[in-house]
Amino acid sequence: MKCPQPIIEVAHRIGEVSVGAIVELLADDPAAGPDLAAWCRMRKQTLIASDPPRFLVRRES
Amino acid sequence: MDSSSGEPMLPDARRAWLDAQQAGWGDPARLHRPGRLAAQALDQAREVVAAAVGARPDEVIFTASGPHSNYAAIAGLALGRRRVGSQVVTTAIDHSSVLAAAGAAGSHAVVKVDHEGHADLDEWTAAVGIAGTAAACIQVANHEVGTLQPFSDAAEICQRADVPLVLDATAALGRIDLAGVGGWSALTGWAGAFGGPASVGILVIKKSARWRAPYLTDDYQQGRWPGVPDVPAIYAAAVALDRWQQAGRAIGEHQHELIDQLRVGIVQRVPDVDVVGDPVRRVPHLLTFSALYVDGEALTLELDKGGFAVASGSACSASSEHPSHVLAAMGALTHGNVRLGLTWTTTASEIDRFLNVLPPIVAGIRATVGAS
Repeated sequence: MKCPQPIIEVAHRIGEVSVGAIVELLADDPAAGPDLAAWCRMRKQTLIASDPPRFLVRRES
Repeated sequence: MDSSSGEPMLPDARRAWLDAQQAGWGDPARLHRPGRLAAQALDQAREVVAAAVGARPDEVIFTASGPHSNYAAIAGLALGRRRVGSQVVTTAIDHSSVLAAAGAAGSHAVVKVDHEGHADLDEWTAAVGIAGTAAACIQVANHEVGTLQPFSDAAEICQRADVPLVLDATAALGRIDLAGVGGWSALTGWAGAFGGPASVGILVIKKSARWRAPYLTDDYQQGRWPGVPDVPAIYAAAVALDRWQQAGRAIGEHQHELIDQLRVGIVQRVPDVDVVGDPVRRVPHLLTFSALYVDGEALTLELDKGGFAVASGSACSASSEHPSHVLAAMGALTHGNVRLGLTWTTTASEIDRFLNVLPPIVAGIRATVGAS
């Protein structure tokens, strides 16, 4: 998936899990790491692990 | 409004270039009349650059591009200081040519920046203080986001540590007063950044600097850059710089205001957008912003259809497969990125039109990917 697709996917999935649950993203797009961190900042979610190509986001709200 | 590709040639610079071509100047090293005329023009060009940066004319060299100047400055200081060590210090958001030159020199110490792009001076002090540091490089202002670096403080720190500093003035030359800066050993720039020819790079090396050419040289430009100088292009570059020195203050103030309007207007009219960089301490003419969930290539194509030629720092834009290292280092969103560079002639009505054209374009692209 080319950027921004991975972030769009995470944005969709985060609404499907409950608060406190974790979403895992697998993306080899070089922008995925920085953009997921930026998205978490903009959306007030938490990036709990960043180990490209694997990322974990916890839903806070 | 594409800043990365440089400012279009100023009309005065273009006229000067044409006049110089027709005047039949020759090789400035030759003793015949065309050669002497060319030598005179080259001297004048050196004087203009020297005055702009507070250096001596015989310290000014013209190269083939900004990246050539950056490489020459860094590799040359590293070579001159190889008995001291081979570490080069830069910030995380210096130009890619600076990062590459630092990496090639030996070991590269990267100093982090904050979310607006300011270099961390504590980390700078520590890095520069490490034994074996051959040289350091910092930009006057960042070429993508415009943020002014604390370059005077960085220079002072380098002086105290006895480490030569390269000042990458590419985004600032002509726009920020650099004549009184001091504390640097080499300074680099690019004529294309201020409306001169793209084929002219600027390299200023202080006589006192321990610099050795890291490439083969000949007798031209005092053995500091090889090849017959393209005097008409260099002359045109000096004319462009001189225009900025004479009339640039008012232009710069106007540009600063227009960018202020854009910064506020974009945030007001487009939801979920990251407007990046120091809003106040910056060069007058640059702005970069990123729109969440938007494909960078689609955004630049739609803006082009709307009559705006812009650059992008996104991996999802045609110019690169990698996201802007500048944006990533600042923690800024890299996709959906637009980089604007206002020119000498950008008007308020063009800015208004941009602010009207942008929101529906962003909304349209977001609608096609079902993103809210």
